[in-house]
Amino acid sequence: MQMPAPDQAAISALPALLAELESFLPAGAIVAERRSVKAFETDGLSAYRQEPLCAVLPRTTGEVARILKVCDRLGIKVVPRGAGTGLSGGALPLADGVLLVMSRFNRVLDIDLPNRCAVVQPGVTNLGITRAVEGQGFYYAPDPSSQIACTIGGNVAENSGGVHCLKYGLTTNNILGVELVLMSGDVIRLGGRHMDAAGLDLMGVVCGSEGLLGVITEVTVRLLPKPETARAVLLGFLSSEAAGDCVARVIAAGIIPGGMEMMDKPALNATEDFVQAGYPRDAEALLIVELDGPGAEVDHLIGAVSEIADACGATYRRISTSEAERQLFWAGRKAAFPAAGRISPDYLCMDGTIPRKRLPEVLSRMQDLSRKHDLRVANVFHAGDGNLHPLILYDANEGDQLARAEAFGADILRLCVEVGGVLTGEHGVGVEKRDLMPVMFDEVDLNQQQRLKCAFDPTQRLNPGKVFPTLHRCAELGRLHVHRGALPFPDLPRF
Amino acid sequence: MTETLHARDERDVTETVAWALAGNHPLELRGRGSKAGLGHAVAAGHVLDLSRLSGISSYEPEELVLTAQACTPMAEIEALLVQRGQALAFEPPDFGPLLGTGGGTLAGALSCNLAGPRRFKAGAARDHFLGFRGVSGRGEAFKAGGKVVKNVTGYDLCKLVAGSYGTLVALTEVTVKVLPAPESQRTLRLRGVDAQAAMVAAANSAHEVSGLALADGVTAIRVEGPEPSVAYRLRALTDLLGGEPEVLDDAASRQFWREIRDVAAFSRFHDRALWRLSVPPAGGCALAARLAAETGGRSLVDWGGGLVWLEMPDGAPRADIVRGAFSEGHAMLFRAGAEARAGTPVFQPEAPAIAALSQRVRRQFDPQGLFNPGRMGG
Ligand SMILES: Cc1cc2nc3c(=O)[nH]c(=O)nc-3n(C[C@H](O)[C@H](O)[C@H](O)COP(=O)(O)OP(=O)(O)OC[C@H]3O[C@@H](n4cnc5c(N)ncnc54)[C@H](O)[C@@H]3O)c2cc1C
Repeated sequence: MQMPAPDQAAISALPALLAELESFLPAGAIVAERRSVKAFETDGLSAYRQEPLCAVLPRTTGEVARILKVCDRLGIKVVPRGAGTGLSGGALPLADGVLLVMSRFNRVLDIDLPNRCAVVQPGVTNLGITRAVEGQGFYYAPDPSSQIACTIGGNVAENSGGVHCLKYGLTTNNILGVELVLMSGDVIRLGGRHMDAAGLDLMGVVCGSEGLLGVITEVTVRLLPKPETARAVLLGFLSSEAAGDCVARVIAAGIIPGGMEMMDKPALNATEDFVQAGYPRDAEALLIVELDGPGAEVDHLIGAVSEIADACGATYRRISTSEAERQLFWAGRKAAFPAAGRISPDYLCMDGTIPRKRLPEVLSRMQDLSRKHDLRVANVFHAGDGNLHPLILYDANEGDQLARAEAFGADILRLCVEVGGVLTGEHGVGVEKRDLMPVMFDEVDLNQQQRLKCAFDPTQRLNPGKVFPTLHRCAELGRLHVHRGALPFPDLPRF
Repeated sequence: MTETLHARDERDVTETVAWALAGNHPLELRGRGSKAGLGHAVAAGHVLDLSRLSGISSYEPEELVLTAQACTPMAEIEALLVQRGQALAFEPPDFGPLLGTGGGTLAGALSCNLAGPRRFKAGAARDHFLGFRGVSGRGEAFKAGGKVVKNVTGYDLCKLVAGSYGTLVALTEVTVKVLPAPESQRTLRLRGVDAQAAMVAAANSAHEVSGLALADGVTAIRVEGPEPSVAYRLRALTDLLGGEPEVLDDAASRQFWREIRDVAAFSRFHDRALWRLSVPPAGGCALAARLAAETGGRSLVDWGGGLVWLEMPDGAPRADIVRGAFSEGHAMLFRAGAEARAGTPVFQPEAPAIAALSQRVRRQFDPQGLFNPGRMGG
């Protein structure tokens, strides 16, 4: 993975930049000393490291607007960062860019229960929103496993999901409004407490834009009343085919569970070693199916799911009988990543989505790839929506293992696209999958996407080098190739 | 005289747009024309008729996805989904009777970002739009999104295209998320309650209501799901909300919400101006009552207050009164005569910075402004 060559002019403009920033930012908001800057050199994709030119930690929208304006004028790039938990390197700093750290935007501004929404600053953590409203019986639905740490700004930028997004949607389905600062320093407010856009749905495209279109400075999120009850079922199977079949039949029966997660044997054993959730170690595949909602409905559906599981040959079944037991079922799944970290010095977490029916084939070909690259893999899987998280285990200090892990990961993602899926279901493209984008999109597709950026950021100073494998100048992208002449389709029906 | 060009496939669309680009011929993009009256009149010498791009390409109930050629009739899609107990969860309205037209297409529903009564729970068309192929105003065929339910690869252009009224892309193929249709439903109709308070209490309860409307002074609350759950929640809501309850059984409930969805109450007098207001829900009932009183019109409230339909007593839109009555949200002049639409911004005027950004976005897809010029104003 290569980043665009740093711009020496930008690097030498650092003293001028610092002088301008110091004129309006309080002491402590600028981190330029090398030793302190180093703390920001990586995000959740720790295989890549780069110190930024400097880091800036603003507190207000006005400060963000001024910072962007100064950088735009001095020709300096800007990389936004939330909590730095992103797994695709979206917040990886640039050697010639400012890292704009949004962690001080950490206040819940308004809780409006009659309208079932809350207005929060982007640095509030995902769990922080739920914490602020759970006393009144509400919660914020998308729940990435990193929810203690990751920020809502980062969630919006990545359109993050979680184990409950099959039923409750991704971030994009759970936000109502954002305030955004463009690279020009213009502040715009999109959406609000109402439900749909007056004109073009710009908020819809800002969500998931990985910090390339604007800096999010405020978010209005939807709140949901907490379900009356939730219960989970643990199901063990002798093969991933049987488990996959069970998932398909649950959905075909018209049931959309709150969560439906699968783990393969290596993953369930690693988590069992780590948290002792009571998973059946002899199963080849484990399913956690959670039903939530009104008590009567949950009991009814637990019965239906159990019957389907029996018909699919489940060899193990345990239904949670208390909230503590339900939490324990999830404790294993939610700790899958750290558990992988315990059985291996390093791991790469992949994130492709596939049509679910191709799961057995994908898992078996993944085993072939594991042999080819001579690295182990453990699989956790948002089974309901086909989102795979293969965890590739490696040791960065051992020879060429990092390079092999990356090659293995790329092969898995190519496989996902080959069977009709996509490169990323929830972690984003960032730098990690940037060079694989042509596997899924051709040049025309990618150029059209990049043109969108030109409308928001014509000088391309916001987080460049991410998402798109080739940078084109906006003037070049805007060029039109017009063919002169008469209607080239004499046989087109016209009446 | 406008001439109509009938495209049969994506190649026809590409070539037509290339021709339009070369000679600077604006095009009115049209499916079955069911919503041609939405927005401003389009200034184009040619109609690009896409209705022949029709047919379901693939439907996989267990994957929860359906791919179809863009202008497949909505009725055909719904008929197929019903066979497998599924539906489009955003409950696309049929505005044919309201607008005096016929049935629409899938691309039409997506392009106008339609949403029915379940909006506040299940989202709008935008939330179920997974991927597309189409031709830009640059004459280039391209694709975006994917054919699986969970995908964040690249910008989410589906969201932008949903609600763009055909001003960005001529869609040729679309993929949408489909979901199991609820097994059964019932509706609680309440008299003698404060409608807004009842709606807030119901929506903020754990009883997962999926319809909240105020029509003819009666508050209606829908619950859907497996039968035992529906019965249980209906009882709980009756106890919670008080008033004088009446229950609609499954068939009556379906009929009732179809009429709310299609705004059947206002489909009789096509010469009356009709507004559609999207506002913060908790103030919807009060706003509807105030506006009805001030204009002499009639109102219908859906989405727990988030959607207000306001029918004027005649053809005059009274935009100043309507748009002056709220500070958050927006009002669209949904139905009005040609003259009224020419004299009133149909879509709520946006803040200058947003309008400018939207225009820049449009030009990146359609640099010469060939597609449906003027439809969204600006
Ligand atoms: C253990 C672990 C588990 C995880 N589990 C999940 C999971 O279940 N589901 C899931 O979807 N993800 C998961 N993630 C990934 C990650 O937590 C999410 O992508 C999260 O949304 C990132 O938030 P952040 O605040 O850390 O953002 P960062 O990593 O700091 O930034 C992510 C991207 O957002 C941009 N950005 C951040 N803030 C802003 C802003 N205010 N304005 C504009 N752009 C901004 C950055 O430029 C970058 O491109 C997991 C990560 C870890 C480490």
